[in-house]
Amino acid sequence: MDSIVTAASVVSAGLAVGLGAIGSGIGQGTAAQGAVEGIARQPEAEGKIRGTLLLSLAFMESLTIYGLVVALVLLFANPFAG
Amino acid sequence: MPFHLPLAELELGQHLYWRIGNLNLHGQVFLSSWIVIGVLLAFVVLGTRRMERDPRGAQNLLEFLWDYIRDLTRDQIGEKAYRDWIPFIGTLFLFIFVSNWGGALIPWKLVHLPSGELGAPTADSNTTIALALLVSLAYFYAGLSRKGLRFFEYYVDPIPMMVPFKLIEDFTRPLSLSMRLFGNIVADELVVAVLVFLVPLIVPLPVMFLGLFTSAIQALIFATLAAYYIGEAVHEYHH
Repeated sequence: MDSIVTAASVVSAGLAVGLGAIGSGIGQGTAAQGAVEGIARQPEAEGKIRGTLLLSLAFMESLTIYGLVVALVLLFANPFAG
Repeated sequence: MPFHLPLAELELGQHLYWRIGNLNLHGQVFLSSWIVIGVLLAFVVLGTRRMERDPRGAQNLLEFLWDYIRDLTRDQIGEKAYRDWIPFIGTLFLFIFVSNWGGALIPWKLVHLPSGELGAPTADSNTTIALALLVSLAYFYAGLSRKGLRFFEYYVDPIPMMVPFKLIEDFTRPLSLSMRLFGNIVADELVVAVLVFLVPLIVPLPVMFLGLFTSAIQALIFATLAAYYIGEAVHEYHH
């Protein structure tokens, strides 16, 4: 493999996960904040809030996972590794 | 690694190839999914063989699962159409759930293959893409069979300007469904493998439990989303 392609692939694999994690990290924080506020205001709704929170957290997490898939493709199945 | 534990190793892109004609099949995925299907079938057959009025043991668990899947399907698809789709959604949920947990809990490393290794069938993108395409087919079939050509009014639902977005959505839905499941399962396996590589004992345990948790949630999400798409396709608009 060309050394410049290797270097670019490794760096961009790191960036794909790292930059992707920023957005979903902020989003998950906001969602957890909302859930905690909801539970504090209405503790009897905890079960329902927890279920919805887990589902929406997994949705946000999948955005980072897309970045991870891109990183894995770059590292293990690189289309440019001539 | 200094010594080998019966855990998954960092092996991506290595497969046990079976050649059928011009096709290269990933044999380890077939083997592990047959094991998963066998486990599920054996469990269901055992649980329903001697049914009692007061459920015990396997029958009890099966009835709980049935209730759970029925509630999930009814919540997403709605009272009118959900009965037809309980088997489909339930099969998806149970297959993905047992695959994910089987990939984490069964010590596959004890079985030696000529190349590649056994693991969760859902850690191969071919499996997840096939499942996601099945969901696509299912919601088109659900909409067309229930509403005929009126199914396409979904594309112009609030205003006709939505047509390109809804068309794109038909393609991004299977893409995101399959990549979400595949990425999560591979990520779990990789994190455990990296941690085992660094510290072989005790330290990977919390991450393994987190992996079990997320893989259960992913099975739930896949089933919920499949049911949601079907529910959107059979939804009746009232103008």
